[in-house]
Amino acid sequence: MKAYLSFFRIRFLAGLQYRTAAWAGIATQFAWGGMNLLMYAAFYKTGADAFPMEFAALSDYIWLQQAFLALFMTWYFDGEILDAVVTGSVAYELCRPADLYAMWFVKGLAVRTSRALLRFAPILLVAVFLPAPYSLGLPAGPLAALLFVFSMALGLCVIVALSMLIYISAFYTVSPLGVRVLAGTLMEFFAGGVLPLPFFPDALRTILYALPFASIQNTPFLIYTGHLRSREALLELLLQAVWLVLLVALGRFWMRRAIRRTVVQGG
Amino acid sequence: MIELKNVCKHYKVAKRSSGLSEAVKSLFRREYTSIQALDNISFTVRDGEAVGYIGPNGAGKSSTIKIMSGILTPDSGTCFINGRVPWRDRTAHVQEIGVVFGQRSQLWWDVPVADSFDLLRDIYRVDGSAYRRTLGRLTELLDLGELLRTPARQLSLGQRMRCEIAASLLHEPKILFLDEPTIGLDAVSKAAVRSFIRAVNKEQGTTVLLTTHDMQDIEALTERILLIGKGRILLDGTLDELKRRRPSQRKLTVAYNGDKLPAIEGLSILKDEHSRAELLLDTELLSVSEAIARISAQAEIKDVSVAGESVEELVVSLYREYRI
Repeated sequence: MKAYLSFFRIRFLAGLQYRTAAWAGIATQFAWGGMNLLMYAAFYKTGADAFPMEFAALSDYIWLQQAFLALFMTWYFDGEILDAVVTGSVAYELCRPADLYAMWFVKGLAVRTSRALLRFAPILLVAVFLPAPYSLGLPAGPLAALLFVFSMALGLCVIVALSMLIYISAFYTVSPLGVRVLAGTLMEFFAGGVLPLPFFPDALRTILYALPFASIQNTPFLIYTGHLRSREALLELLLQAVWLVLLVALGRFWMRRAIRRTVVQGG
Repeated sequence: MIELKNVCKHYKVAKRSSGLSEAVKSLFRREYTSIQALDNISFTVRDGEAVGYIGPNGAGKSSTIKIMSGILTPDSGTCFINGRVPWRDRTAHVQEIGVVFGQRSQLWWDVPVADSFDLLRDIYRVDGSAYRRTLGRLTELLDLGELLRTPARQLSLGQRMRCEIAASLLHEPKILFLDEPTIGLDAVSKAAVRSFIRAVNKEQGTTVLLTTHDMQDIEALTERILLIGKGRILLDGTLDELKRRRPSQRKLTVAYNGDKLPAIEGLSILKDEHSRAELLLDTELLSVSEAIARISAQAEIKDVSVAGESVEELVVSLYREYRI
């Protein structure tokens, strides 16, 4: 256990080194969030009734999305891990008395939390003080705030568990680039990164909500805005947990198989 | 104690000829050829031994190391290391071995070396005081002092290799596998790495098995040599035994002052032009030093070189002998 903690620590500290990247990221997220909101504002002006969310709730969704982008980014895959698999440096990691799945999982958590930690506060802080309805409102209530925190944690674990599957697939492909680009884009779409999931047509939305991708950022954000209320929110939280368990089980099973048939490339 | 018996491993390699039509064809049907990387490998290494594992590229050295470190599962055969099967008992097994892959790095690129070491300490569950003792000793022997605070990305190759070797010894393994530990290093770094490995082997009694293409590594470090070629162990013996197998004929090239060398007893002159002569010598009849003495009695020698003298050339002649 201590090994994983100090592995988290080393990656976390390494992640905190990149401060300039964080400032650049914050600027980008502001511009992007602002543009998004202005675009939606134009749509809402023509007929606010046609939309499934209040504009204020949408503002919350978009600012949370921008603030915690680094936590839930679906297109991010760890270059070091993919390189290690492709070039064979994974040989070293396989020679350790530690569980490779857990190590990589912890690394994913560390990279995402360290990046998010450098970015989220300024965005949230400024977004709160923007004029209504463009501002980030407070959570729907104390219970919503509490469930939001739990749901965020589960969402983070779900996206890390999903990216683990991409890493493991690299054991089977010569170059992981194709899988990586395709999976990143699809996951972003299904997770509500392009269009918030409540905006999808009913039939499609029902399916999307049941998929693991909704368990990444959509669930916590909708709990925050009050779109999902107590009982509903708890059920969605449970769904997140179920997906997490399934994805981890699948990843572990697949990794065991992958390692058994692995040929470490080169010299 | 390392015991390998009849270990076999083959790889499937996708093959296609060059050209567009072949490339298109391979989209639909791939042809695989099977390569026998290891073919009935058997050997035993006792505790505390230092063994050099040599052979040309692609002979199966790295595959053997990977099997012994539990990364690769052989097709057939048995391998016991300290009573364990490496790939079956991986976690317990790797706790007792240290591995250095000369061409890969185990240090984290963007953090100081000391942080990587601390992490390894936690991964191997080395207790605090033992870790401090080991680290102190390694720091002294490998002269790591300043390097520990430097991020791995800023180290030179020689500095990095010293850190890599230290990293694989932090948990005081009983067995150390070194896969080309001196690859790409300059002469000074090579010497440092060699003397350190020797110290670890002699003082700590760590079993060392190293693969290399550098014959000076072998001369400096190991008493015993395993020669592998085309997946088979061709030779297993000491360096001296190996030297004795060396063909007894040597070619001497001599540059001297004068026109022509007179006939010298025990030496046949192959060529003699422009004050340079090539002579053939049979060491069973005449030693190299005696031959040089006889030549210098006849002419003033400016320069002399003896072919077939170094271990390097010995290995080349072995490769040739076994056609590998």
